[in-house]
Amino acid sequence: MKKTGILKAGLVGLSMCLAGTAAAEPVKVGMITTLSGGGAGLGVDVRDGFMLAVKQSGNKDLEVVIEDDARKPALAVQIADKMIQSEKVDILTGIIWSNLAMAVIPSTVSQGKFYISPNAGPSQLAGKGCNANYFNAAYQNDNLHEGMGAYATKAGYQKTFIMAPNYPAGKDSLTGFKRFYKGELAGEVYTKLGQTDYAAEIAQIRASGADSVFVFLPGGMGIAFMKQYAQSGVFKPVMGPAFSFDQGILQAVGQNAVGVKNSSHWSKDLDVPGNKEFVESFQAEFGRLPSLYAVQGFDAANLILSAMSKADVNDKEAFRAALKEADIQSPRGAFKFNKNNHPIQNIYVREVIKEGDIYTNKIDSLALENHQDAYADECKM
Amino acid sequence: MVRLSKENGLNCVLALALLAAPFVATALDEPFYITLATRVAILAIAGVGLNLALGLGGLVSFGHAAFFGLGGYAAGILASHALNYEPILSSPFELNGTTQMLVIWFVALLVSGLAALLIGFFSLRTSGVYFIMITLAFAQMIYYFAISWPAYGGEDGLSIYVRNVLPGVNTMDPISFFMIAFVLLMLVILFSSMIKNSRFGAALQAARQNDERLATVGIHPFGIRLTTFVISAMITALSGALFADLNRFVSPDMLAWHMSGEIMVFVILGGVGRLFGPVVGAALFILIESVFGGISEYWMFYLGLVLLGVVLYARGGVIGFLAGKEKHD
Amino acid sequence: MTSALIIEQLLNGLQFGVMLFLMAAGLTLVFGVMGLINLAHGSLYMVGAFACAAVASYTGSFWLGVVASLAASAAAGALVEVTVIRRLYNRDHLDQVLATFALILIFSEGTRYLFGSFPLFLNVPDMLAGPISLPGGLQYPLYRFAIIVVGALVAFGLYLLISRTRLGIRIRAGESDRAMIAALGIDIRLLYTIVFALGAALAGLAGALVGAIQSVQVGMGEPVLILAFVVIVIGGIGSIKGALVGAVLVGVVDTLGRFLLPQFFQLFMDNAQATSIGSALASMSIYILMALVLVVKPKGLFPANG
Repeated sequence: MKKTGILKAGLVGLSMCLAGTAAAEPVKVGMITTLSGGGAGLGVDVRDGFMLAVKQSGNKDLEVVIEDDARKPALAVQIADKMIQSEKVDILTGIIWSNLAMAVIPSTVSQGKFYISPNAGPSQLAGKGCNANYFNAAYQNDNLHEGMGAYATKAGYQKTFIMAPNYPAGKDSLTGFKRFYKGELAGEVYTKLGQTDYAAEIAQIRASGADSVFVFLPGGMGIAFMKQYAQSGVFKPVMGPAFSFDQGILQAVGQNAVGVKNSSHWSKDLDVPGNKEFVESFQAEFGRLPSLYAVQGFDAANLILSAMSKADVNDKEAFRAALKEADIQSPRGAFKFNKNNHPIQNIYVREVIKEGDIYTNKIDSLALENHQDAYADECKM
Repeated sequence: MVRLSKENGLNCVLALALLAAPFVATALDEPFYITLATRVAILAIAGVGLNLALGLGGLVSFGHAAFFGLGGYAAGILASHALNYEPILSSPFELNGTTQMLVIWFVALLVSGLAALLIGFFSLRTSGVYFIMITLAFAQMIYYFAISWPAYGGEDGLSIYVRNVLPGVNTMDPISFFMIAFVLLMLVILFSSMIKNSRFGAALQAARQNDERLATVGIHPFGIRLTTFVISAMITALSGALFADLNRFVSPDMLAWHMSGEIMVFVILGGVGRLFGPVVGAALFILIESVFGGISEYWMFYLGLVLLGVVLYARGGVIGFLAGKEKHD
Repeated sequence: MTSALIIEQLLNGLQFGVMLFLMAAGLTLVFGVMGLINLAHGSLYMVGAFACAAVASYTGSFWLGVVASLAASAAAGALVEVTVIRRLYNRDHLDQVLATFALILIFSEGTRYLFGSFPLFLNVPDMLAGPISLPGGLQYPLYRFAIIVVGALVAFGLYLLISRTRLGIRIRAGESDRAMIAALGIDIRLLYTIVFALGAALAGLAGALVGAIQSVQVGMGEPVLILAFVVIVIGGIGSIKGALVGAVLVGVVDTLGRFLLPQFFQLFMDNAQATSIGSALASMSIYILMALVLVVKPKGLFPANG
């Protein structure tokens, strides 16, 4: 694979010399994402969403190389070096986790390459650390939690118990929730990252007299919590960001999640142009329903494709401007970039439902309209 | 005394091959391979450190990631303070960060040495499986601490942005940085060879084979083991500091138990107790990672098979396979 | 803080400990009889959970799933013992650690190849769903209560097996003198395979039971594996009794630590800082416990073989 890459690059270079200027400049994208281990489901969705958009475009000038980071920061850095130095990619994308993003993005953009984030938007990179070459096609990490905070206020909750793992994204999450939540807190608990047993915390929720619960427990942690919560006999409503209630993991939570309100910038039944087509084509291609990660991968690819049609990737200035226009039809509806290159978009509240044999989400209400993140003002750009 | 045994010859070839790698890479215009070679050299240093405890002292530490990570964090914390112009300590006296590699290495050695003294003091009271597990437990403590301690990024880790500096060397130049790692690797290998052939090394090997006999001649194995453990930890920390500079980034991932396992894999793939074992082991590991990683998303499956094959059928690792059984003096 | 809450937390700690015991019993048995450190024990736990989830969703019966988990993990254990583990008994711990580390990679990626990258669904059976009322008006999940009962039954069963049966006599003989039982004409290879498969089945059972209230996904075995090692090291490696005591100790310390430490720091710090520091310390608590135990008793609380 490596060898053919070199060969191809060589041939492209040769043909360019011979032909003078080619019609359209080919663009090479390096995708570093998590395809092995426990968190592989997210990376697989991003990759599939991305490749769906590439396939639909039929654009032969876009070449994508994909590698697995196994969720290890050091490996992600190594692959990024390889893709920039050896594969000579123009754009990097694909990283799922904030800690890997923090390892790769600063050095990537400082080497003059573009980075399009299909997931993860750490606050450092949205505020002081923003960069003209870094575009976030997903969300700023706080956004969905802010949406849930706004919903909790609107729903009239007075005493919410909030909980997240004890790591930076967890702290950002609770900060984001509190930013828009006006009631008082019944309790604030940080759990161990990767914890799988929540009996002690559920007992605290029961004892706290809370009228509602907000949890940010991505992946397996959320599955475990919801199953245990359903058995506990505490019937206070649960809220959370979409990460714990998305298509990929809902089937594993099953009945236990039905009725849960969760915040998202996309939903399968969102009535905006292109969404229905996206869901149907994804389902036809891969035989499963798309998740929000698939949407983000899809949009990241379309952003690149739209910029390619307007500018030459070697003309950084023009390509950057073309990316910034965000001239895409996103399945999530209106989408544009803020001055820190993070999205301005609607945040919705969804409700988990059972549809036939499949657990999925339906739109409940709009939580925040044209929402922008809290760090944009710190960005000097 | 250098005897030109088969193994010594092989070692020379290995050292030259590693040294040549970045220059070949430059000639082929594949600068990424310089990074890979640097990575091999740096991780091999960690392996050399563990090899001292493991191969020579028979101390199966499953917690060397702790020292690797401490070295990395020493580099990361000092550099981040220097780059942000925030003193680490303002009272009772002002202590500033630094980007001088020499100072960073010194601090990394000091911090990890102290940590190893403490960890070793408790762990070496046990032996066998208990030792394996208690070293793991200490590493896990530090790991969870690093994840949840907010000051230096927690799980997000800490970016350094600019590589630290060494007087007279342009560290941003890939080949120069490789040379730093390579020279340090050769130095630690030389150092561990000196230990191996010294009276101290002989006592250490004797302690591994028979505790009581050593005690009867008036040598206390505990002190010897503790010294070895501390030196081993310090070498691994040096590697961690370089690794942080290579990636311009540190994270608790460097402290995770998987990292301890990987360092152990370098040592065993290459051959336990062999001077150049960790070099071969690290090179092989990186090769598998970067070659299979691009081919199949199930590459770790194949890594597992290779490891299993080496443990079951190639005792003595690659060096043992190529150079035959180790000759005992 | 009410006494009901404290009792509930103690029950939670006990239940967590019982679950750890199921894992630790197999580990400690294998170490005691064969002298083997098996890092891949967590993978057998994962095999049990996946087998249970797959069969339960195919047949609709959780109980058939549990049977399948026992069968699958015992079979996987026996297979691994015959092909790989058997060659490791006479090796040093280093080789064992590495070979079983390799097995983890093979098991994890193999499972992912078979079942895909997304977590599987496995739910508590309807019979055991929901909470029950305990004396004193305490509400407690029935399923967790059932786990405590199952754990107690397994502990009792193991006790009977080891103290009352022929297999048990051989296991005890193997623990104290490996050369002797071979001399007695016992087929030691078969005995080892049986012991290993028994340990694997216990891990698989733990995986199936816990899978119903946690997430059935690749890599689920690793955190539990490390905890199980902490348990057997505290209890004394090779001792079933030690594993039981160690497991309950770890379960209770971990649960109460998570619950009490943040509240303790709130006494003299502001809220956010206290929860942050308290939970950081709580996640380290069992390792601190283990270090303390080993400092006082370097061979654990109940050292096997005297």
